[in-house]
Amino acid sequence: MTLSFPEGDPVPVEDHPIPARDLRDYEQFIYREARYADEHDYDAWEALWTDDALYWVPVAVSHQSPRTKVSVMYDNRNRIRTRLTQLRTGKRYAQAPASNLRRVVSNIEIEGTVESESGHVDTVLGANFILFESKEGRNEIWGGRVTYQVRDVHGELKLVRKTVNLANQAEALPNMGFLI
Amino acid sequence: MSTSPVQTDPRAARAPRVDYRELIRDTQVHGTLYTSPEVYADELERIWYSTWVFVGHASEVPEPNDYVRKKLGPQDVIMTRDSAGEVHLLLNRCAHRGNLVCDDKAGNSTSFRCPYHGWTYRNNGDLLGYPYPNGYGGKNKLQLGLGRVPRVAEYRGFVFGSFAEEGPSLEEHLGAAKGEIDRLARLSPTGKVELTAGWLQHRTHANWKLLAENETDGYHPQFVHGSIFSVTGSPIGALYSEKSTAVTRAFGGGHSENDLRPEFRRFAEPMRWFGTTADRTPEYVAAMKQAYGEEEANRIMIEGAPHVMIFPNLFIAEIQVFNIQPVGPGECVQYSTAVQLEGAPELNQRMVSQSIGSVGPAGMLLADDTEMYERNQRGAELLEPQWLEVSRGVLRETTEENGAVVAGATDENAMRAFWRHYKNLMLEGR
Repeated sequence: MTLSFPEGDPVPVEDHPIPARDLRDYEQFIYREARYADEHDYDAWEALWTDDALYWVPVAVSHQSPRTKVSVMYDNRNRIRTRLTQLRTGKRYAQAPASNLRRVVSNIEIEGTVESESGHVDTVLGANFILFESKEGRNEIWGGRVTYQVRDVHGELKLVRKTVNLANQAEALPNMGFLI
Repeated sequence: MSTSPVQTDPRAARAPRVDYRELIRDTQVHGTLYTSPEVYADELERIWYSTWVFVGHASEVPEPNDYVRKKLGPQDVIMTRDSAGEVHLLLNRCAHRGNLVCDDKAGNSTSFRCPYHGWTYRNNGDLLGYPYPNGYGGKNKLQLGLGRVPRVAEYRGFVFGSFAEEGPSLEEHLGAAKGEIDRLARLSPTGKVELTAGWLQHRTHANWKLLAENETDGYHPQFVHGSIFSVTGSPIGALYSEKSTAVTRAFGGGHSENDLRPEFRRFAEPMRWFGTTADRTPEYVAAMKQAYGEEEANRIMIEGAPHVMIFPNLFIAEIQVFNIQPVGPGECVQYSTAVQLEGAPELNQRMVSQSIGSVGPAGMLLADDTEMYERNQRGAELLEPQWLEVSRGVLRETTEENGAVVAGATDENAMRAFWRHYKNLMLEGR
């Protein structure tokens, strides 16, 4: 089938070394994002994102070029909206009923800063995660490294980019209808 | 308890383990066909290690000495292009002690060296050498090599393998379904499809046949995919409604299609099949008219891409290609990628983007299909009512001149034809 998605392409960013704010602020933000995703709080989760959002779950080949190679997800702001709207219908059967999720995010490091195409200076953080998923009939354990690009918008932190590098991205993956 | 003989070659001819005449009726199939280890063992012998199976595409190994790891059923094979340009399917097993000779997923090399004792093979499977040859009486003393899939053939770059030394040719196997691959290729101004966007690997806790049956089931989309159709305002749902003029066609040989052309011809809008218009893809439209002439190009761009399931494991879903490989009775992997058309850069990135949105573990279509496959599998394990129905549309089937069986867009004639072919293979062999 050919589904049309009505969005454009995300914008890459360049390295730009500028100091960031206190790590605790970022940690609290990351933990909140994780909790919203675990609890399927789609409205609160969606509100974390900026308009130039990019939510990327690559497989091994995606790193060559996400525009010309497949990824598990490569969502800009519009596609995030589409994905969440589908989830909210209650008929996104891969998540109806929803998985029970709990994740631990740890080893959080400030990796640096980048200047986005819109001229904002964003902070880049890296972290490891382990996610336990319970579904009727089976459990899955997901793990990997997340890179967050976070922006200070009038004193409030927002999520610009989230890249989830699954540890098993080179292997066959089971259904992943939830927010990773 | 008597001692059973050692199981030797799983390809060896032997009587079927279960009675397929009993389990497969014209309009019903037994639940154990999806769950039984004996049925799976029969399928390996009579389907996966016998008929033509889709493995990959020649564009995945474009240069001499390119190679990529693939599956053929549960077999780990290396698809290589040798220095002379010929494509081989080699079994990834050292002739010495059975170790894996290739651990990279893909690369370029004229040879493979087993890490265990250093035996080396040319990329056509020939044994090149082994360390300390005096232990074997010198060099070139062993008549050994990598296992080879004995028959390898391509159709428009789609590479198939057959473990049967003899049997129908690939073109005979494809039969009328060949025309659907042609139809896909004709969407390229140069007539060439490439599968170079990489593969998503989707682990599925369900029997492979549930997927093969679903691929041309026009009854489910409005229900399983209603959520994403409504969110994106997609017109796809209407193609699979009771009022649709689209048809389900069983070509024979277990192959089938959802032929959506009657709907697209009704609208007669070039590029509608791709959710766009000729105005928005001007370079592509110009290249197509240049290549095929105005009238033929318009026809191709109105009719769009095929939606065809080629037995047992190649599914072309317009702009996506799926390769289904079994892992066991209750598990398989769906490999999916985006079609790339040579000479159509305006379309190719969009096909990648749409495919990412649609297929794979998080795909807004395929994750829901996969949830259904897995629920079906759990249901098939329940004892009653024992049978699954494939009777829809049996009263309104018609047979075309070439023998294809046609029924409505939401009918199950493709499933019935799948099972007729399957039954024949299980009873008679290829």
